[in-house]
Amino acid sequence: MQGLEVRGLSKRFGGLTVSEDIDFDLMPGDRKALIGPNGAGKSTFSNLVTGILTPTSGTIRFDGSDIGRLNEAQRVRLGIAKTFQITTLFRDLTVRENLRLPILERERRGFGFIGRANGHTAIEAEVDDLLGQFALGGLADRKVADLAYGQQRLVELALTLALKPRVLILDEPAAGVPSSETHLIVDAIERLPEDLAVLIIEHDMDLVFRVARQIVVLVQGRILTEGTPEDIAADAQVRELYLGGGHD
Amino acid sequence: MKSWGPPLLLLILAVVLYFALPFNLAFLTRILIMVVLVLSLDLVLGYAGIATLGQAALYGAGAYAAGLFAIHVWADPVAGLFVGAGAGAMLAFVSGLVLMRTQGLTLIMLSIAVASICLEIANKARDVTGGADGLRGIRMEPVLGLFAFDFIGKTGFWYALAVVAVVFVVLALLSRAPLGLSLRGIHESPERMAAIGVSVYWRRITAYTIGGGIAGIAGALSAQITQLVSLESFSFTLSAEALIMLILGGTGRLYGAVLGTLIFMFVHHWAAANDPFNWLFVIGALVLAVVFFLPKGVISAPPAITRLLKGGRHAGS
Repeated sequence: MQGLEVRGLSKRFGGLTVSEDIDFDLMPGDRKALIGPNGAGKSTFSNLVTGILTPTSGTIRFDGSDIGRLNEAQRVRLGIAKTFQITTLFRDLTVRENLRLPILERERRGFGFIGRANGHTAIEAEVDDLLGQFALGGLADRKVADLAYGQQRLVELALTLALKPRVLILDEPAAGVPSSETHLIVDAIERLPEDLAVLIIEHDMDLVFRVARQIVVLVQGRILTEGTPEDIAADAQVRELYLGGGHD
Repeated sequence: MKSWGPPLLLLILAVVLYFALPFNLAFLTRILIMVVLVLSLDLVLGYAGIATLGQAALYGAGAYAAGLFAIHVWADPVAGLFVGAGAGAMLAFVSGLVLMRTQGLTLIMLSIAVASICLEIANKARDVTGGADGLRGIRMEPVLGLFAFDFIGKTGFWYALAVVAVVFVVLALLSRAPLGLSLRGIHESPERMAAIGVSVYWRRITAYTIGGGIAGIAGALSAQITQLVSLESFSFTLSAEALIMLILGGTGRLYGAVLGTLIFMFVHHWAAANDPFNWLFVIGALVLAVVFFLPKGVISAPPAITRLLKGGRHAGS
């Protein structure tokens, strides 16, 4: 079967259970959001899927094969990529170099020591395409460290997309972005390739309701409920969690 | 082409120094050898961000290997360079399998430990290495069968200069190649490199191994030209001095490594000749001054001065 298939996933740190018995599917074309209060285990879940953490129990399958024992780099090469909550870009490199690097790695040219890094016409064309897609053309030769935060988030998105992933996990794509620039992120997410499987982990409900077609609510490491944005907006438990609980 | 200007300038400087200081050729050659060592450290630390204080281990491995090869197998200099490079790279690879799993202080301590272990092995294996007396009896054949080593050191100087030029060009090409870009990426953000599907561990081992090969070449050069390998080759002092030269000049830039070595060696030479007891004070003051005023090394002086001048005119830019 296509896509990502998670069954009975649990993660315990000593006596603390941060993920418990999670069943979760992500198919090509999906736009799912994972929401929940702080400490619900959202980041842990994404780290389990991407291979940064190893689960205590449960299985993770991708296109039908078990990927639970693969490390982060191996899963990226299979096509599971994520953006970071806090930007960890190559700050001292230019935007162009930030995009060139993942493409070189994707094309298995990272060990090349003959020829120039910018000497591959096809790769440079792809870099230009990405720059255009995210409206970063004017900033191409600026160092990432000199960009505004919203622009850095766009570079982050472009960089991850440069890997041509089939599953894309966006970990708080709008975190720290001033509300005046949030629309840049929303636009970029709406323009993602249609057949990409996208999971958005986000605090900003406004953004979630604009881009997600399915919402999964995580509370204390467990899935509380799952449904369309309309279902979730009408769900009494969720309203309690977000309104009654005084959160956000 | 513009990019050929600075290296050409450095070459001219070397030739000028050759004629200006004809009685100090041994000293000038020593500088050239150190340039190769500091360049190797620049690749490892400046580009890949691997904080090591044990570059002498790789240098010493190259020196002893080249020395022993010349005595027991073949005294051809160029063949000896390859042997030295191989020994340095091999030690870097094997020790790197452990070292590159660590970072920060742990890595620094372990890299020092590797050099200390090598020093102790060389010290104890007297029959092979000559122990504390050093490895003697190295008699090199002429370079390429044409240029015999002379006691003034003319051949040694030109030979070392040629090796510096080759190493510099190789590193310049490497730094522009995909591998060079990925090493800078690892320096900037290892987490991100892992997230784009790179095994940071193996990439770091690759960088360390190449750096080891170049450090080995520096050691081999030293063994061939001075015809002696001493335990000092593995000393902590050598690792530390190489690091100071690199920081003086500026990390992550090949010119920084060259400039830093030149400045350190000349100040050292001049201060030690004028005041044999307090020369370390001068070096210390120099390093402090550079670290405080030019934290990115001497190589960053021109842009820093430009910024200062501009800043004076347009307040606060």
